[in-house]
Amino acid sequence: MTTPAPLPPLQAPRKLKLATVSLAGCFGCHMSFLDIDERLFELIEHIEFDRSPLTDIKQVGVCDIGLIEGGLCNAENVLVLREFRAHCKTLVAVGACAITGGLPAQRNHMDIGAILTDVYCTRQGLSASCRIPDDPELPLPLNQVHPIHEVVHVDYFLPGCPPSANAFWTFLNDLMAGRTPHLGHGLMHYD
Amino acid sequence: MRAAPGSPATFSLDGQDVEFQAGETLIEAATRAGRYIPHLCWHPDFHPHGSCRLCTVKVNGRAGAACTMQAAAGQEVQSDTAELNAQRKTLLQMLFVEGNHFCPSCEKSGNCLLQATAYQMGMEGPHFEQFYPNRPVDASHPDLLLDFNRCILCELCVRASRDVDGKSVFAIGGHGIHTHLLVNSDSGRLGDADMALGDRAASICPVGVILPKRRGFAIPIGQRRFDQAPVSQQTQGDGDSP
Ligand code: SF4
Ligand code: SF4
Ligand code: FES
Repeated sequence: MTTPAPLPPLQAPRKLKLATVSLAGCFGCHMSFLDIDERLFELIEHIEFDRSPLTDIKQVGVCDIGLIEGGLCNAENVLVLREFRAHCKTLVAVGACAITGGLPAQRNHMDIGAILTDVYCTRQGLSASCRIPDDPELPLPLNQVHPIHEVVHVDYFLPGCPPSANAFWTFLNDLMAGRTPHLGHGLMHYD
Repeated sequence: MRAAPGSPATFSLDGQDVEFQAGETLIEAATRAGRYIPHLCWHPDFHPHGSCRLCTVKVNGRAGAACTMQAAAGQEVQSDTAELNAQRKTLLQMLFVEGNHFCPSCEKSGNCLLQATAYQMGMEGPHFEQFYPNRPVDASHPDLLLDFNRCILCELCVRASRDVDGKSVFAIGGHGIHTHLLVNSDSGRLGDADMALGDRAASICPVGVILPKRRGFAIPIGQRRFDQAPVSQQTQGDGDSP
């Protein structure tokens, strides 16, 4: 019996939807993601960007993967994180800040009121009328910086400050292939 | 069980024979044979301490610390198993959230045994809630700096200062989660203790607590100890801080 040739697919597989965001981040994780360079063209064959600092989409839609850079330092960060969790099948904490709070969490042993007073009121070179910004438009800072897994469930952690481009590439390829991502020696780092 | 006269005594580690000498612990014999058993508080030059529990192995089916258990002929020792490595990852996650391990700004990064062991055990994230302790830095000494928020209470500095330097500059005090490293001086500050940069205790810390001043970030990234090879391939013994 001869095996019939496999039928060609009627349509190409659906592209995965990827959303990204920076909360209390420095955008360094996004820059490191872009450091995959021309491999971005290969990636774009398989994924489609949803809300991201790289697109103009204002609200996150239903997505396969959400990459979160940065920890939580203010009320808006918490809202955005919850929206991402509600819309992304797989949520990834990317970088030291999202994973541990990162260097911004070094403010955690200081009083937030004292920090704001120092920066906006008593610092040298400010005009006499300077005061702590209090417009309701502005999100209130949290008392302490927190990693995102303390507020929502996180499916995977991609460590590094930032994770290297190769770490992003390996991680995303594993994820797209349905494998549990595995970073070996050299790709796994916290610094 | 006694080994036949003339033939060296052995135990089996993950199915492979390891020779040992009378009185050696499991981790001593394994390390001499170039085999890696994860550890933080054990150092080949010092008496075992038994606080980190990373070296926990199964000996004839029962859990025990490889740094305190003496080798005996015929022991069946399991170390590199999925179960034990998962437990080790949990222990590491506990140590990481208990302190402020912000590796991106730590001068020890790349040369840190805690970090390298976490890489080895595949620790991607901390899993537990952060404690964010607030233990002020002691910068009172002219040549050395103490960041207590990274201390894993391995007591290596205590042992080195007491047993090698003959000074007993350090001690561990307190109870439970409040257990912490102390400096033995009237003021409790390192600047008032009899401590010198050349002391063994100044370079023994496996993490980033006891640091020399004005010498941070001296080794280029890529050339730091654990950039070059994972900790499991560096079983010659734990070097002191570079
Ligand atoms: S002591 Fe080690 S684990 Fe802790 S912050 Fe420094 S490099 Fe990281
Ligand atoms: S200061 Fe370093 S050597 Fe001393 S107990 Fe803490 S971690 Fe161990
Ligand atoms: S190395 Fe054995 S308990 Fe720490």
